[in-house]
Amino acid sequence: MKTAQAESQTATNGATMTPVEKASPQAAETHPVKMTARKVNVFYGAKQALFDVDLEIRDNAVTALIGPSGCGKSTFLRCLNRMNDVIDNCRVSGEIRLGDTNIYGAHIDPVLLRARVGMVFQKPNPFPKSIYENIAYGPRIHGMAERRAQMDEIVETSLRKAALWDEVKDRLQEPGTGLSGGQQQRLCIARAIAVNPEVILMDEPCSALDPIATARVEELIDELRENYTIVIVTHSMQQAARVSQRTAFFHLGNLVEEDETDQIFTNPRDKRTQDYITGRFG
Amino acid sequence: MSRRAADRLFRFSLRSATLAAALALVFVTFFVGYEALPALQAAGAGAFLTDPSWHPASGTFGLMPMVLGSLAVSLLALVLAAPLGLGAALFENFYAPPVLRGLFQRAVELLAGIPSVVYGLWGLVVLVPLIAKHLAAPGTSILAAGLVLAIMILPTMALFSSAALGAIPAEQYRAASALGLSKWTALRTVLLPAAGRGIMTGLFLSFARALGETMAVLMVAGNVPQLPSSLLDPVRTLTANIALEMAYATGAHRHALFFSGFLVMAVTLLLVTLAGRSEKKEARP
Ligand SMILES: Nc1ncnc2c1ncn2[C@@H]1O[C@H](COP(=O)(O)OP(=O)(O)OP(=O)(O)O)[C@@H](O)[C@H]1O
Ligand SMILES: [Mg+2]
Repeated sequence: MKTAQAESQTATNGATMTPVEKASPQAAETHPVKMTARKVNVFYGAKQALFDVDLEIRDNAVTALIGPSGCGKSTFLRCLNRMNDVIDNCRVSGEIRLGDTNIYGAHIDPVLLRARVGMVFQKPNPFPKSIYENIAYGPRIHGMAERRAQMDEIVETSLRKAALWDEVKDRLQEPGTGLSGGQQQRLCIARAIAVNPEVILMDEPCSALDPIATARVEELIDELRENYTIVIVTHSMQQAARVSQRTAFFHLGNLVEEDETDQIFTNPRDKRTQDYITGRFG
Repeated sequence: MSRRAADRLFRFSLRSATLAAALALVFVTFFVGYEALPALQAAGAGAFLTDPSWHPASGTFGLMPMVLGSLAVSLLALVLAAPLGLGAALFENFYAPPVLRGLFQRAVELLAGIPSVVYGLWGLVVLVPLIAKHLAAPGTSILAAGLVLAIMILPTMALFSSAALGAIPAEQYRAASALGLSKWTALRTVLLPAAGRGIMTGLFLSFARALGETMAVLMVAGNVPQLPSSLLDPVRTLTANIALEMAYATGAHRHALFFSGFLVMAVTLLLVTLAGRSEKKEARP
C-alpha cells in the first residue's frame, strides 16, 4: 500500500502524471469474454438512443467507453446491470449475456443481477449512515455474514481493496457523508465491492474529483482489474489511455469501433474516432 | 429608487411582518394567561387535577375528563392517520405511475382545504349512525371523533412525509438498487431512515392539529364530561368544552375555561417547537 507521501508526490507531477502500468496488449487479447452485447437497441419513449450495439467485454480487463456527450455511453452502461429498468419510459431490446445467461431473459431477477454487476456513479453517493454501515449494508441484506466478526472482516477487506482503510480505520462509526469527495467515491467503490460482484460499472467516477483523488482512484481501478471485470465511462482521453486495456468509441448512438486501447489511440480505423481523439469534435 | 434603497425597504417590510406575527402570538398568549391566572390563584393548579368532576356551577373544576378526552381522540386519530399518511406518501413517491402522482397530490391538498364543519357533518350523518347501529348506541364517541380527526389530519401527515421522502436525492435510491436491493428493501432500510426527521415533524404537527380541532369533534364526540372507559364512550375534549360553555360562563367558571385554553395552547406550542427542532436537525448534514 502506498503512503500518503507517495500519493502527494504523484500529485505534484500534475500533468505529467506517470501512467499506471498496463498489461501487454497480447495479454488483454487472451482474456476470456465476460459479457456480450448483441443487437442492443435502446429507446427513451419514441427516441432511439442506441442502435444495434454489438460489444464484447473481457474478463479481468478495464474497458473504457468514450465518445461525445449524449452519444449513449451511460445508456449502454446501464443496460449491463439493467438500471435502465428503473427509468420510466426506457425500453431495451437485443441480448446481453453475462457468462452464459441472457440477463434480459424472462427468468432473470434484475435485483439479483445487480448483486453480480455492481455500479459506481458519477457523483459519490454514500448513504446517510456511518462508514461501517455504508459497507456492511449490502452484505447484510444479502445475508453474506452470520456473525459480527465476519462482517468486520468484509468491511475491512472491502475498504482495503478500495485503498481507503488506512484513512478511515479509526473513524468507522462517523458518517460516510463527512468524508472528502475523493474518499466518498472510494467508499462507494468499497460498497460496490463488498457484495462481491463479478463486474463493476463506473460512470465517470472521477468527474467530481480533483487530480490527486483522480490519480488515487485510477490506481485503484488498475488494482481491481486483477479480480474484477471493469467497464468505465470517461470523458478524459488521458484517463482512458491510462486505465483501460480496451476502448469502445460511441457516436450518435452507434458503436463506431472497439479495440485495444493502444490501437484506438494510435491507429484508429474510423475517421470519426480519429476526429474525436484528436479533439476535432465532442 | 436605487436598488439599495429598494433592498432596504423590502427588508424592512419583511421584518415588520415577522414582528407583527410574533407580537400577535405574544399578545394572545399573554391575554389567555392573564385571564387564566385568577383561576389558578383561587383554586390552585391542583384543583384542576384533583376535583372529581367538572361541575362549574357547584364549584368543582376537575379538568381530568376533558384532558383524557382530548388525548384519547387525538391519539386514536394519530394511530390511524400516521400509517395511512406515510403509506400514501410512499405510494405517491415510489409506486404510483407518473399520471397518478399529480392527481394524488391535488387530492390530498383538497382534503386539507375542506372546512372542519363539513367533516363534522359527515361524521354526524354517516359515521355516528353506523357506529350506533353496529357497535353501540348512541354512536357519538371517542371512536367517531378519532375517525373524523384521522381523516382531517391525514393530509398533514401525507404532505409532510411526502416532502421528506421527495427531498432525498434520487441517487440514494439508485445506489441502493445498484447494490441489488429490491425496492421495498431500499425504502425500508435507506430511504425511510433518511426521511425520519421530516416524518417526525409531520407527526408532531398532525398531533397538534388533532388536539386543537374543535368544531368537527364537538359534533361527533358526544360531549359528556366523564372519564371514558371504552372507545365507544362519549367524551368531551378541552376545546369542545370551551366552545360549549364560553358563551355563558362568568367568574371562576370563565377563568377555568381560559385556563383550559391556556393548557391546549401550551401543549400545541410545545409540539410545534418539537416539530421545528426535528426539522432543523435534519437541515444539518
Ligand atoms: N432518462 C432519459 N429520458 C430520455 N432521454 C434520455 C434519458 N437518458 C438519456 N437520454 C437520451 O439518450 C441519449 C444518450 O444519453 P446518455 O446519457 O447515454 O449519453 P452519454 O453518452 O452518457 O452522455 P454524457 O457524456 O453527457 O454523459 C441522449 O440523447 C439523451 O438525451
Ligand atoms: Mg453519461
